[in-house]
Amino acid sequence: MKRIIYREWRIPPTRYWSLLGILAVVIGIGALAFAHMEHAGHWVTGMSNSVVWGMPHVFAVFLIISASGALNIASIGTVFRKPIYKPLGRLSGLLAAGLLMGGLLVLVLDLGRPERLVVAMTTYNFRSIFAWNIFLYSGFMAIVIAYLWSMADRKGEPFSRPIGVLATAWRLALTTGTGAIFGFIVARQAFDAAILAPMFVVMSFAYGLAIFMLVLMFGFAADARPIGDRLMRRLKNLLGIFILGVLYFTLVYFLTKVYGAKNHDLVGWFLLDGGLYTFLFWVVWVLIGALVPLGIIYHPVLSQERSWIIGACTLVIIGGLATMYVIIIGSQAYPLQMFPGQTVLESGFYDGVQGMPSPYAPTIPEILLGLGGVGVAMLVVAVGVRVLQFLPESLADEVLPPDEEKLTDGVTARSAA
Amino acid sequence: MATAAVRWSLVAVGLAWALVAQVVLAADARTYVLAGSKAATLASCVEPTDVMRRQHMQFIKHQRDETVHSGIRSSKHSLAGCVDCHVREEVSAGLVPIHHREEFCGACHAYTAVNMNCFDCHASVPNGPGAELAARAAHQAAGVHVTGEARPDGENH
Amino acid sequence: MGKTTEMNDRPEPTDPNRRQFLAAAAGVSATVVAPGVILQSVAAAPRSEPVTSEVRWGLLIDTAKCADGCSECVKACDRENGLDLQAMPEGADDALWDNQKVVWIRKVKLQDNQTGRITNLPMMCQHCEHPPCVDVCPTGASFKRADGIVMVDRHTCIGCRYCMMACPYKARSFVHLPIEGQLTRVPRGKGCVESCNLCVHRRDYGEESTACADACAEAGHGAILFGDLADPESTIRKRLSEMASRQIREDLALNTGVRYSGI
Repeated sequence: MKRIIYREWRIPPTRYWSLLGILAVVIGIGALAFAHMEHAGHWVTGMSNSVVWGMPHVFAVFLIISASGALNIASIGTVFRKPIYKPLGRLSGLLAAGLLMGGLLVLVLDLGRPERLVVAMTTYNFRSIFAWNIFLYSGFMAIVIAYLWSMADRKGEPFSRPIGVLATAWRLALTTGTGAIFGFIVARQAFDAAILAPMFVVMSFAYGLAIFMLVLMFGFAADARPIGDRLMRRLKNLLGIFILGVLYFTLVYFLTKVYGAKNHDLVGWFLLDGGLYTFLFWVVWVLIGALVPLGIIYHPVLSQERSWIIGACTLVIIGGLATMYVIIIGSQAYPLQMFPGQTVLESGFYDGVQGMPSPYAPTIPEILLGLGGVGVAMLVVAVGVRVLQFLPESLADEVLPPDEEKLTDGVTARSAA
Repeated sequence: MATAAVRWSLVAVGLAWALVAQVVLAADARTYVLAGSKAATLASCVEPTDVMRRQHMQFIKHQRDETVHSGIRSSKHSLAGCVDCHVREEVSAGLVPIHHREEFCGACHAYTAVNMNCFDCHASVPNGPGAELAARAAHQAAGVHVTGEARPDGENH
Repeated sequence: MGKTTEMNDRPEPTDPNRRQFLAAAAGVSATVVAPGVILQSVAAAPRSEPVTSEVRWGLLIDTAKCADGCSECVKACDRENGLDLQAMPEGADDALWDNQKVVWIRKVKLQDNQTGRITNLPMMCQHCEHPPCVDVCPTGASFKRADGIVMVDRHTCIGCRYCMMACPYKARSFVHLPIEGQLTRVPRGKGCVESCNLCVHRRDYGEESTACADACAEAGHGAILFGDLADPESTIRKRLSEMASRQIREDLALNTGVRYSGI
């Protein structure tokens, strides 16, 4: 094991600037989409009084929970004392900050009155989990920046572990809070479930890691820096466990729902005759987003191939977006159960006439706004790794620290201190 | 020494300018109220003019919270009262929305580049049945008796 | 007015001071000069004292009287609150716009799955005592007035629509496009959430009823009764003590201010 050396990302300027150019275009188009939505009003989106949160929220929630998931890698290194993860800590923190920024931007720019952000930052109703989340998000940003400092600056090293512990606790609170935004909604059958909070935590593990792995592999490949098989094996196995966790929570969520007779229709709709939502659930959420990646990750041959691992990570991300779509939009599309035992024959406001779900089709501006958020996240990372020393020169097997901390390491560290 | 002299002379110029500006403002005082509005026929607003110029936003904001949360509609600082009194009527076009660039609110806010979003939601001309109630309440609270003839309150009336 | 309320004893409903006080609080109009002393009454005077929880406004819907195919209440609400100012924007999709336009009150026609019995009723904000929309609002813009009216303070509403997610009655609407020509009495604009506020401007100017209740009575149905749920002598309380009524989604224990009989 050698000393880990961090270096700025040194890909050729032409390549770097064209990458930034592409990101700038994506962000610019997102900004135009926002301007259009803000100027015309939300009627240009597919969102309505029935499906009030749409595509922007799918992207925003996905990015926000991925942000806390991306920070996991740093936590595993500092909090859970796995030396092999330590060299990845800086990139993990940077990616977390970038993803959160992108997600929050999308969330804020979708507001009906985005210019009143200052109202949201100064006027609070502490009964609202949403208000709590505002603190969780801004606190997360501050803690991640402190964490990055403690990992990168020699003077910060003694604080690295305490800040890391705080960051880990905070990120758990953040994803729990994000899940609770949905889990506390008693009005809507599909949301009214506290399990959504831990479910979001586990989903954040999987999506955040998948994004992290893609960014890591892209960044290293572009700059011809090596990643050893030892690290890849650990990362992909970890991803496998997280995907299994998502599947487990998915199963338990539907089991808890189906236990109550009043929810039979709901579960039946989601799993059997929900049209697009059923397709997204089975094909994208479960098959493409979980089973296929698991197959790749645990396949004796394919799992050794970097390109297959990249494929698995990409599928997890696609599955994650579909999961958000089904959870956020599907749950709203299912009609509110206001009159149990009665069928709505006519309604002046789409109260699930004849049990019909509310229609929703995303429009181009809202998708572009969401993609703009992704662009912002990637831009933060691209600029960060270029100007500061976030990436290790090498993650080759012989350079990396051991997988596990030796018992004596802790003792010597303590005696040295 | 020389710099101190320059500094003091600058301060003196500044003070003199401020004084001149005050005089000019005072001389101009009535010109901001537009002819063709009820306000043009009245001696003063619900507060002295210089108070209104500096503090109208606080008055409106205070009143808005009282009205929305406590249901109090009898204050003299009501936005509906402002609009009723200051909106200008054109013989050909009728009432002109008060936030338009040439009008009472709009002109000054454009000049000072202060964004005003009251009229995103609030009526910019007295409109609809009951519009006169708010104005009458404001006038009563201010102890002003308006003699100007009543204007049409919109097609619903 | 706070002091006035303390002087009145709840268990003695015959106390004349209390009757007078309630009349004042009900907005029948009064000027209070000294605590407990009411001097004069003028019709339709604007409210000058803060609303108190001595009053709780509510509605009783008698579904037996609600006529199939009648939508007078909806039309009246649209006129009263300027909801008829919204027009479908050019290039909008018909079906989508139908779901995006603002609706404060709507007619619903139900059929019992077991018995086939048909019920008609109007749905609007149920003015809960414990409103989920107020709990979830991050800025406190969604609030309950002391007299039980649940409404939105548009000045602090940021348009996040979490209240719409949380409302069990789908009572709220988001303003999806810029509005022009607003009525003085009902300020409304793009980017905020709004819903039935029991004609709050009528409450503050001391009018007796809501637009929907008036329209229903005028149409000869009288299915909507507006009144003070806190006053044992009010018509709505007397009617509620005589006839069986229910709250929609009683399971949530929100104690709604809008009650339905015959469902």
